[in-house]
Amino acid sequence: MIEFLTFFWRILPDLLAGLQVTLELWGISVVFGFLGGLLLALARVYGAKPIYYLATGWIEFIRGTPLLVQLFIIYYGLADVGILFRPFVAASIALIINTSSYQAEYIRGAIQSIQSGQRVAAESIGMNRIQMIRFIILPQALRIVIPPCSNEWVVMLKFTSLAFLVTVQEMMTKGEIIANRTFEFLKVYGILAIIYLIVVLFFTYSLDFLERKLEVPGLGTRG
Amino acid sequence: MQDILVTKNIHRSFGALEVLKGVSLSLQKGETKVIIGPSGTGKSTFLRCINQLTPPDKGEVWLEGIEVTNPKTDIYKIRQQIGMVFQHFNLFNHLSALNNVSVGLHRVKKLEKNEAKRMGLEALDRVGIRDKADSYPAELSGGQQQRVGIARALAMNPKVVLFDEPTSALDPELIGEVLEVMIKVAEEGMTILAVTHEMGFARSCAEEIIFMEKGRILEQGDPEKFFTEPEQERTKEFLHKITELYGNSKEGG
Repeated sequence: MIEFLTFFWRILPDLLAGLQVTLELWGISVVFGFLGGLLLALARVYGAKPIYYLATGWIEFIRGTPLLVQLFIIYYGLADVGILFRPFVAASIALIINTSSYQAEYIRGAIQSIQSGQRVAAESIGMNRIQMIRFIILPQALRIVIPPCSNEWVVMLKFTSLAFLVTVQEMMTKGEIIANRTFEFLKVYGILAIIYLIVVLFFTYSLDFLERKLEVPGLGTRG
Repeated sequence: MQDILVTKNIHRSFGALEVLKGVSLSLQKGETKVIIGPSGTGKSTFLRCINQLTPPDKGEVWLEGIEVTNPKTDIYKIRQQIGMVFQHFNLFNHLSALNNVSVGLHRVKKLEKNEAKRMGLEALDRVGIRDKADSYPAELSGGQQQRVGIARALAMNPKVVLFDEPTSALDPELIGEVLEVMIKVAEEGMTILAVTHEMGFARSCAEEIIFMEKGRILEQGDPEKFFTEPEQERTKEFLHKITELYGNSKEGG
């Protein structure tokens, strides 16, 4: 036990340095992925026909191909045609593109779940489309979308570990290096798993709190 | 008296189904007119044609000398001047009663937030529900929600208010409070075009009853004559049916 604790203590600084990169990668992909998803969703719900088809086609393409393939195309593939990214940038782009397509579908569902009567009422008091989306539709849709999107955000944290395959110095990479050096595979990967778990739990409960805080009185689904 | 609202020969089809086959009517300032008729007759569609929520295929709508149906008219400006009250209230679920009323003043009419709130409270006062200003729609009864809906329409200071079956989704015991507010609004001089089968309201407030069937106006006239000696056999039959349902000459006020 003492031996494990000293080992843990010795590798912890390295893992935490990796964790920082992991969290950066995750934060960027969640925030920009959400914004991208919002735009794609609006394009699908309110866009003119060409925009609708473009957004729909893009979403289907991204959701129909593996994240790892997307990541390799961006990092290794595009290098063939002279487009070079640093590993962190390539990983960020891949994660953003991937998650935005999934989040777009959650957000679209939430937007379409707002009763049409409210849209008619907004129009009847003279709101134009942008005002209606901004003041009536989105404030409700973005509340509704927290639970499904939080699922996607948790998935994204774990997907950041794929950045290891394009040499980003995130937590998984750090663990891999330590494990290969010490041959303590079970200990290192066990510790990694627990760190991921702690972050996920912390995040999930924070979102729970946020969801409760934003709840509209009388509309709660939590009872 | 000048006509505030005029519709001329309104036509509207949905696919092959012609819902409105030329509806013309006019309202003077301060007048209340009530449209009755069987369901599926195009009454609601007609109201929606007036503020272009459902644009008519043919025909004209005029509001105080401005042609609403002219594509060059700023329809968003026009809609601010035409209040609408809905069968299912259609309140904004995420906003308190007060914000439901003031959101149009603040966001559409661009009034200062405090000014919008003040006028919102005034409108809630007019419908007798100021004490519920901070409640959310889901916390209100149907009758209270509909009164907020009426306040939302009134707060914009419209030239005319359209009521689209405002009481038909309410529990019987909640209808009274909404009718009371409607009668008060009519008596205060608001110009009203209402689709409703509340004959109490029609009798006590309407200058004219309009009977619509199959996309046309079949008969129209002042309530007294309309109820006692309707000209058309079909009108008689329909009136007989709704008096059976809604009770005879109950006075709404």
